[in-house]
Amino acid sequence: MLAAIGVSSMDDLLVDIPRSLRLPALELPVGLSEFETMAQMKSLAARNQVFADRLTFRGGGVYRRFIPSAVAAVTSKPEFYSAYTPYQPEASQGTLQAIYEFQTLIAELTALDVANASMYDGATAVAEAAMMAHIHTDRNEVVVAGYLHPEYLEVLRAFSEGRGIKVRKGTEANSKTAAVVFQQPDFLGLLVDAHGLTESAHKAGALAIACVDPISLAILAPPGEYGADIAAGEGQQLGLSPSFGGPHVGFIACRKDLVRRLPGRLIGSSHDAAGRRGFVLTLTAREQHIRRERATSNICTNHSLCALAASVYMTYMGADGLRQVAEVSFKRAHALAERLSALPGWEMAFPERQFLNEFPIRVPKGPAVLRRLARNGILGGLDVHRWFRELKGVLTFTCTEVNDARALDELVEALAS
Amino acid sequence: MTELLSFEKSRPNAQGPRLPDADVEAPALTDLLPRELLRARPPELPRLSEPEIMRHYSRLASMNYSISEQFYPLGSCTMKYNPVVNEAAAAMPGFTDLHPYQGEDTVQGALSLMWRLEQALCAVVGVDRVTLQPAAGAHGEWTALRMIQAFHRSRGEARTEVLVPDSAHGTNPASAALSGFQVVEVKSGPDGRISLADLEGKLSPKVAALMLTNPNTLGLFERQILDIADIVHSTGAMLYYDGANLNAFMGICRPGDMGFDAVHMNLHKTFTTPHGGGGPGAGPVGVKADLVPFLPTPTVERMNGHLKLDFKRPLSIGRVRSFYGNFGMLVRAYTYIVAMGGDGLTQASLDAVLSANYLRNEVDGALEMPHEGPCMHEFVASARNLAPQGIKALDVAKGLLERDFYAPTIYFPLVVPEAIMVEPTETESKATLDAFAAAIKDIVRQAKESPEALHEAPHGLPVGRLDEVATARHINAYLQGQSEDPILRWKPAP
Repeated sequence: MLAAIGVSSMDDLLVDIPRSLRLPALELPVGLSEFETMAQMKSLAARNQVFADRLTFRGGGVYRRFIPSAVAAVTSKPEFYSAYTPYQPEASQGTLQAIYEFQTLIAELTALDVANASMYDGATAVAEAAMMAHIHTDRNEVVVAGYLHPEYLEVLRAFSEGRGIKVRKGTEANSKTAAVVFQQPDFLGLLVDAHGLTESAHKAGALAIACVDPISLAILAPPGEYGADIAAGEGQQLGLSPSFGGPHVGFIACRKDLVRRLPGRLIGSSHDAAGRRGFVLTLTAREQHIRRERATSNICTNHSLCALAASVYMTYMGADGLRQVAEVSFKRAHALAERLSALPGWEMAFPERQFLNEFPIRVPKGPAVLRRLARNGILGGLDVHRWFRELKGVLTFTCTEVNDARALDELVEALAS
Repeated sequence: MTELLSFEKSRPNAQGPRLPDADVEAPALTDLLPRELLRARPPELPRLSEPEIMRHYSRLASMNYSISEQFYPLGSCTMKYNPVVNEAAAAMPGFTDLHPYQGEDTVQGALSLMWRLEQALCAVVGVDRVTLQPAAGAHGEWTALRMIQAFHRSRGEARTEVLVPDSAHGTNPASAALSGFQVVEVKSGPDGRISLADLEGKLSPKVAALMLTNPNTLGLFERQILDIADIVHSTGAMLYYDGANLNAFMGICRPGDMGFDAVHMNLHKTFTTPHGGGGPGAGPVGVKADLVPFLPTPTVERMNGHLKLDFKRPLSIGRVRSFYGNFGMLVRAYTYIVAMGGDGLTQASLDAVLSANYLRNEVDGALEMPHEGPCMHEFVASARNLAPQGIKALDVAKGLLERDFYAPTIYFPLVVPEAIMVEPTETESKATLDAFAAAIKDIVRQAKESPEALHEAPHGLPVGRLDEVATARHINAYLQGQSEDPILRWKPAP
């Protein structure tokens, strides 16, 4: 090949690199066979403790749920996982149609007009939603009401700081407020007055941004029904494993009049000259590769493969399946709350508040309790004091369809012993 | 071949999944929750049986080109083969089933993997520390710029401008703008490299950083990089490296040694994590000592052989995403690095440069080469020579699709008219490169003999060229209330 190029050595091709920059050698161990590579990876994996899904009662934004085998069977198809962003639509109809279906599924679930092709995660989805509101209203403040996931709040602050947007905790919007952000159910699992928060945001001329749990939308009023302008959230529960926090998938849906403010990719339906339907990337004039510094966002890579997993999951479950897992989770969590609050010294942290499948409970010697459970192979509740000073001794427990009735018994027995 | 949407195939009596009952004593939903909290109308999701679903997605899969089946010479995107051992490693329950809020002592293997990956990336790009948190390249760019902003602010300097070459990726100016910077463009000279005179004219005490990729988007190494670094640093600004083109020089040279202060890497390009039809990726950022205090939280730290997540970093820019990054992609990238080793990574880059120069030589003449070689890992050709026949870069791209190749990146970088940007990567054989060159020559022949046929390419794919203009027009009509069809989603016919 060198001869065909007309040079005698690789160095002739690297002439533009100053000699002083040439590296004598890359200081890494030499390469390994596949067998040795896997042995190393297995030994790393073995140094982690895996808790059984049925004995995992910890949530806080990442949940163990039943994942149908259909999900991996589809996402492990190399035609999906080894394709690029669908820049050439004729050769990318599989990815494009799958994302178009994802957009429709999310729009249906949130009861809003349009959803985008996906975001990195729930945190960046919420932050980008707030940036949409900032651009749309030309206002410089975002109000965060109640217990938003603390990591989402941190990301929102990081996004806001660069652009000179103020983030304030509270509930009251005023004439400077671009948006009121709330989470339903909130980080602790409690239900908030989404309708009231939306109304008061609108009274001040601000947008209402609802951060929602997609499974909960099978039973709870969706953002579109109570008038929120933008829904954002984390889609991990839709067929994705916890994976130590990622990759998961964020989603954003909005009202029609905000569509041009949406970040990231959007797929639309189209036709070819023969009248065949096809799908294309569209409204690209919002995006960085066209508009550069005037783009709505810098996002380029999204989480297509995770969105595909979520689409397979939602299609597999259907509305009835989603409702079934949401209801089973609700019932199990309520049964567990009843039993835990009967333990000596344990009491619900907010007894007057309703919840779905995650709830905060005040526990004597929480950290010691969690250590004891871990020794029994149980991943107990999440200690939320780490983020909230006022919640000393409060753990949030979560139940889903994978925590069977016997698992609840095992948890309670381990606590009572 | 087209495939109906899952929504259109939906059957009301399709067999749904069998799911467990609650099996516990608990009140019903409607007993506890007031009606206004509950959903009024159920979502209209498709209802299909499992066999129907599997067939639906199998048919969709067959409508994609992918690196597993086609040569994918997308310039700037580094579409190399994704080793399947990466997938096997990442699928182990010891990685997939970890909760991000498990105790540190139960995830020492995961933290160790992150620590080792950080060390390896430091060695490859020549920096002091790396954050693995950013989810993608653009996310990494923005993270780095926020750190640079915080660095200047910590010294009481309000620097408000970021310099970006006219050949840069669109994400560069967008990331700068989202960090609150004003973007100032630096011109390329006639040789395709940055113009030092223009750069010097635009540097001032207001400039926070110059964003650069080297080799640049034309595939050319910026020979004067050491001078550029000196000039930029002498004004107190920092040098930011866009790692899109890192595949050109692993083990050959390092951005850290060139004088770059911050470097982002695309694990989905250089380190073979699959692109997934547009993600997930991972965009770690490496920094020199000056920027280390500003890294996002948490970092992974090692103390007495034990690994910890460090959240107490007072000067940190904060968090840029939830948890610790796209961990599953980190596992794949680390697997690749272990398998390749220092020797293998170096060879990969050498082979990538060889492939690009070989292919450039083979298609030179058929297409125009606006800049002198040699190139690094990619090259930019121009279809300008086909203008007399009315053939554009887009037509060449569609002609390639018809010949079972994915198309190169076209119309980028913006500084080359009718640009065709080709990055073959090291994982393609000479036979594949020869077949691609033959396809290009065949398209040029067709352009001269029957250009109208090329205008109609591609034939034989699931769809022909789609009317994107009509799509945009229909969306406008919808957004302006003149149409009920949203175009951006399926709706049942009224």
